[in-house]
Amino acid sequence: MTENVQQFSVAALQAGDRNEFARMVDAFTPKLYRLAIKMLGNEQDAEDIVQNTFLKAFQHLRGFESRSSLSTWLYRIAANEALMLLRRKRPETTFSDALPEDEGQSAEYEPAEFSDWCCLPEEEFVSSEARLALDQGIQTLSENLRIVFLLRDIEGLSIQETGEALGLTETTVKTRLLRARLRLREQLSQFYSERMHRNVETK
Amino acid sequence: MSAYKASNCKLLLGSLSEYVDGTLAAELCQAIEQHTLVCENCRIVVDTLQKTVFLVHEQARLPVDLPDGLRKRLFHALEMDELLEK
Repeated sequence: MTENVQQFSVAALQAGDRNEFARMVDAFTPKLYRLAIKMLGNEQDAEDIVQNTFLKAFQHLRGFESRSSLSTWLYRIAANEALMLLRRKRPETTFSDALPEDEGQSAEYEPAEFSDWCCLPEEEFVSSEARLALDQGIQTLSENLRIVFLLRDIEGLSIQETGEALGLTETTVKTRLLRARLRLREQLSQFYSERMHRNVETK
Repeated sequence: MSAYKASNCKLLLGSLSEYVDGTLAAELCQAIEQHTLVCENCRIVVDTLQKTVFLVHEQARLPVDLPDGLRKRLFHALEMDELLEK
């Protein structure tokens, strides 16, 4: 995972230093865009999220108290924007939608796929099909699981930072992360077990 | 090595994320490793979960594809057009 090694002067940002703000925009645009596109699934929405995140950051910089890092603070704004947009886009909130999907029976997360695809040849894992399967697997996660998973496993935030960004306890972050990973494993197992059968058939 | 019952599979499931991240207590790691010696399904789950997380982390290292003109539109929306060249 790539760590953001660039440092920004919060004092300069809060004093209204436009150059420093532009530098921050350049450094965080790819990360925030990646989070947004994987949450929303379309370019225009993702771009809106990134733009709104920086506009809000600009408006609220003075209130930033460095209790969390600048990076976690920006992810927090972006995650909020993304979740709000997803909720606005949902036609009608029915009662069942309002139930947190990730707090369901733990039995739903019990493994059901037991094909051992680790031993497939390395080129199987780097193909564009494999990347697509991974992306599609991520898209099948519920919003609540997906945002935790993306912040932790794609953006590389710690459990604590993910909790700060989403206003969740560390226990909840850990539970959702585990469920997201297990569900993704099921998805990938389905994809790769088909590849294994195909490999056997062509031999 | 003690024999494990099937119900242990469920108990171990809760620790797998931390096991994969290398943040699980040594004692619990040992319990998982002993269990997977005798439980083939759990061995597969642990191995493929590890591989899943590895593949995700690999994907996270790839450069992000940004839409054409995104930077220009962003800088314009933020009223920083004059800083585009920097």
